[in-house]
Amino acid sequence: MKNIWTIAKREYDNYFNSPLAYVVAFAILLPLGIYFSLILYVTAQNSFMGGGSAPDSTPINWLFVFLMVFLSPALTMRLLSDEARMGTLELMLTAPIRDFELVAGKWLGAMLFVLSIALMTLVFPIVLENLVSPGIDWKLMISSYIGLVLICAAMLAIGVGISAIFTNQFAAYFVTLGLFFFLWFMISLPANYLQEAGQVLNYLSLSYHFSQNLNSGSMTLGGITYYLSLTALGLFVGTTAIEIRRWR
Amino acid sequence: MIKVSGLTKDYGARRAINNLNFDAQQGEIVGFLGPNGAGKTTTMRILTGYMPPTDGEAIVAGYDVVEESLEVRKRVGYLPETVPLYTDMVVFEYLKYMGELRHIPNVDDRVDEVLDMVGLLERANGYIGNLSKGMRQRVGLAQALLHRPEVLILDEPTIGLDPGQVVEVRELIRNIGKERTVLLSTHLLNEAQNLCDRVLIINKGRIVAEDTTENLQARLLGAERVVVRVRGEADELPETVMKVKGVQKVESHSDGSVEFEFASGKDLRPEVAKQIIKDGYDLLELRPLGMSLEEIFLELTGNDGKKK
Repeated sequence: MKNIWTIAKREYDNYFNSPLAYVVAFAILLPLGIYFSLILYVTAQNSFMGGGSAPDSTPINWLFVFLMVFLSPALTMRLLSDEARMGTLELMLTAPIRDFELVAGKWLGAMLFVLSIALMTLVFPIVLENLVSPGIDWKLMISSYIGLVLICAAMLAIGVGISAIFTNQFAAYFVTLGLFFFLWFMISLPANYLQEAGQVLNYLSLSYHFSQNLNSGSMTLGGITYYLSLTALGLFVGTTAIEIRRWR
Repeated sequence: MIKVSGLTKDYGARRAINNLNFDAQQGEIVGFLGPNGAGKTTTMRILTGYMPPTDGEAIVAGYDVVEESLEVRKRVGYLPETVPLYTDMVVFEYLKYMGELRHIPNVDDRVDEVLDMVGLLERANGYIGNLSKGMRQRVGLAQALLHRPEVLILDEPTIGLDPGQVVEVRELIRNIGKERTVLLSTHLLNEAQNLCDRVLIINKGRIVAEDTTENLQARLLGAERVVVRVRGEADELPETVMKVKGVQKVESHSDGSVEFEFASGKDLRPEVAKQIIKDGYDLLELRPLGMSLEEIFLELTGNDGKKK
């Protein structure tokens, strides 16, 4: 466990040395800020007209997650591929750490970075709490944030897993992005035309459990299990890819 | 400390090392010599737990490299051939990170200590990316020494260093080798000659010779060679030397000296000296010629290692 933390700490610090991480943070927080302003503006307009409903920040979290489809592969692409390219993987693989600890440490480092950004977005519900009477639905908010953390954990784990397969970080980026596109959009497209099978496809979609359940206030066991399973799968793929490198 | 038996590694259809057997004891520096692609790095990678062998067994510091890889890795210090470093890190932070991964107590103090050992204390706060090749090599060495390993495995440890640093690093290795086991690979034959207690010569994945450098010389020569030099004209010197019973081969050199051979075991130099003086020459020099490690190396590896 200590090794995972040591590796995570280094990766987390390392993000702040690279311009990419700032670009990613900016590319998330700027659209979120603009979107939030729009929500406030539209809600204000509606209430002047005597209609509309109290705003909450679940659409903000949805946008955060949607942007992560494109941006999380950028955060994970170099985590292990770069170690292989630079040869430092040899250093890691001859240090007394388990392959899983290396992969999990990288993932945790990325996770901490995303959590830092997520922490900043807490400003939105806090602002709303002060603007809306009698305040926002915090149960919904907590469910939404748990969903956000879980889906980000899954995406980052898959990203780290794919990064372990490649030596070229851009290959890792595009393969991860392609997989997320498939899991987010492609898998749910035919679902509308199918009956029972459609349900299954929806269930497998990356967005479904977040959009339909967690971000709507219902913390379903299925949703939580789905994202935790994807996280475990990503870390397993990463660990296996490292082990295969040893045997080659 | 290191015991290797029947070690074999295949990369696909290519056999990188084939049935290697050797050992190295505590307090011994063993040199690993061989041409490029001979299997030196592959062997070292197996011994450090980086990759498992296809067949055979390797015990390092009392642990099996496959079954107890983590235990082996705790006890081995490794400097890979192309020193892999995080170029975006500061020297001190990098070593501290590696130290934390090895759970070293008082890691800051220990990092200062090894930086002092490799002479990099004044560059502790510099970025690794800004260091010269020689300095990076020393950072790699510091990393390998950090946890006071029982076994030190060094792949070309002095490559890229300037002559002054080479002397320092060799001295460092020599000191470490007094108490621990050091296995080092090198292309520099004189390095093996003056640093190693024993050398293993490996060619095409097989060990073709294993001995001390002195024994290798004696074994390969089969005969001892001596150079004779006298004052003035020496046209008939070969005939004089040939008069001594047991002298096998006499050769005149363009500089006037004469080289002769005799079967090792019985030193004929006193007899030759007496004969030269008897024939009226002023003897200036009677010098035995050793075989250099370069010659041994070429002898063993030049002809597919068949010629011994």
